[in-house]
Amino acid sequence: MTLDSDSSLTAAASTPNCASAATCETLVELKNVSFGYTKARQILSGISLVVPRGKLVAVMGGSGCGKTTILRLLCGQHKATSGEVLVGGQSVAAMNHDQMYAHRRKLGMLFQFGALFTDQTVFENVAFPMREHTELPEEIIHDLVLMKLNAVGLRGAAKLKPSELSGGMARRVALARTIALDPQIALYDEPFAGLDPISLSVVGQLIRRLNDALGMTSILVTHDIAESLKIVDYIYFVSEGKVVAHGDVATIKASTDPFVRQFVDGQPDGPVGFHYPAKALAEDFA
Amino acid sequence: MNGILRVLTDLGGSVTGGIARLGFAARFLMAVLRLSGTTFARPQLLLREIYQAGVLSLIIILMSGLFIGMVLALQGYETLVRFGATESMGMLVALSLVRELGPVVAGLLFASRAGSAMTAEIGLMKTTEQLAAMEVMAVDPIARVVAPRFWGGVISLPLLAALFSTLGIYGGYLVGVRLIGIDSGAYWGQMAAAVDWRHDILNGVIKSVVFAVAISLIAVFEGYDATPTAEGVSAATTRTVVTSALAILALDFVLTVLMFRGGGG
Repeated sequence: MTLDSDSSLTAAASTPNCASAATCETLVELKNVSFGYTKARQILSGISLVVPRGKLVAVMGGSGCGKTTILRLLCGQHKATSGEVLVGGQSVAAMNHDQMYAHRRKLGMLFQFGALFTDQTVFENVAFPMREHTELPEEIIHDLVLMKLNAVGLRGAAKLKPSELSGGMARRVALARTIALDPQIALYDEPFAGLDPISLSVVGQLIRRLNDALGMTSILVTHDIAESLKIVDYIYFVSEGKVVAHGDVATIKASTDPFVRQFVDGQPDGPVGFHYPAKALAEDFA
Repeated sequence: MNGILRVLTDLGGSVTGGIARLGFAARFLMAVLRLSGTTFARPQLLLREIYQAGVLSLIIILMSGLFIGMVLALQGYETLVRFGATESMGMLVALSLVRELGPVVAGLLFASRAGSAMTAEIGLMKTTEQLAAMEVMAVDPIARVVAPRFWGGVISLPLLAALFSTLGIYGGYLVGVRLIGIDSGAYWGQMAAAVDWRHDILNGVIKSVVFAVAISLIAVFEGYDATPTAEGVSAATTRTVVTSALAILALDFVLTVLMFRGGGG
């Protein structure tokens, strides 16, 4: 797999390497997708990427490059202004209300800031999707919720309210809620933000294990390159709304591409500017 | 010339924006009504909101009702005594409360206490992506969050208005009978003779139901439509109180004209 810094990537050129034909079945695909909240400010500009079934794929890039927008397009919160977002071969934009809700039942999404329901306890938050979408008896829900909370190390916090949790704990509860119904596709928006090193490692391994054990397909949006390289199958680098580089872990580690090196090594100088576009410094202070 | 053009453009923008928002509110109400099945299929959702909007508003409603009834009696006595008609105080207090002050003042207090809380809660849920999380979990936030609050408000306010009037009548009794010394039999007897079940009480109840629908709709709509920032939620909460107050007073005028024109009450 070679890195491709050409902005006009085709879907085929963005396909992660597959061990067999079975694992090559494409589950999620973005075809030349563009999106902007206003016409003047495009977030995504003709992006294409492919996520095969069963793979754990990371989408990385600087702040504001459109990573979270990709997740929102996948769960139908936004509609692409052009191009196609396909999940299981079905266009998300073309889904009607019932199809959209059926589609969302197969998804689990971890929001960037957790989005826990503040009027409910930790237990109730994790039980929420179970109570809404299943007819399971309360005893079974009780056991399932505790198992999910145990997986993220917070079984003992079941009775706390979200306001009593630290940022990292809230993120872990949100993770437990994301996987509550063992979704077919898991979307993680910055799952490592605010976690201490121990929690970070445990959560990283949990995401990997869940993906493999439950046959899930996962898309991970993160800045944490070190943890991502340990757990993911494939990485897309996004900048200014386009895929600028992609490859499997070995390829990324060995890459000499300036964008990848700047991101992996955390260098201040490189293709990605630190400063938001502005006039020359001297002009502003004149 | 440019200044005039800009003013006209802004004015036109405000008018068309207002009309568009009104249309959105109407569609929002339709959606709330269409998705209200969950609220009634799961009574615990509705009971929680009746508790939040109704039970937690009890103190302010009861205390206000009591004091307003007491003030009505004092002010009424000042006027009635000039005409030697102090025995009509029960009628004065009861009709004032049941027809007007009960629904209107309870509505104003309800908008300030419960309506603002509804807007702030829904607005903050939007700001912290709780509504978005619900949508992504394939749970419609209008069915799960908005409709129970709307119906909680619609059910609570008429009951609160009735309690407001009851406490007001008791407050009038305390001042008129216990403090001033009006005959107790005259107070209750005049009241019973003058207050008509359909013309006064039922019309008062209808008013409070109409106000409840208006306040609850304004509160949930403003929360749902709030700009998801701290300033946005603050502005939405303010709009709920101001718009509800104006809506109550305007609706009260319209309803009073429709209900009580031609006298008879």
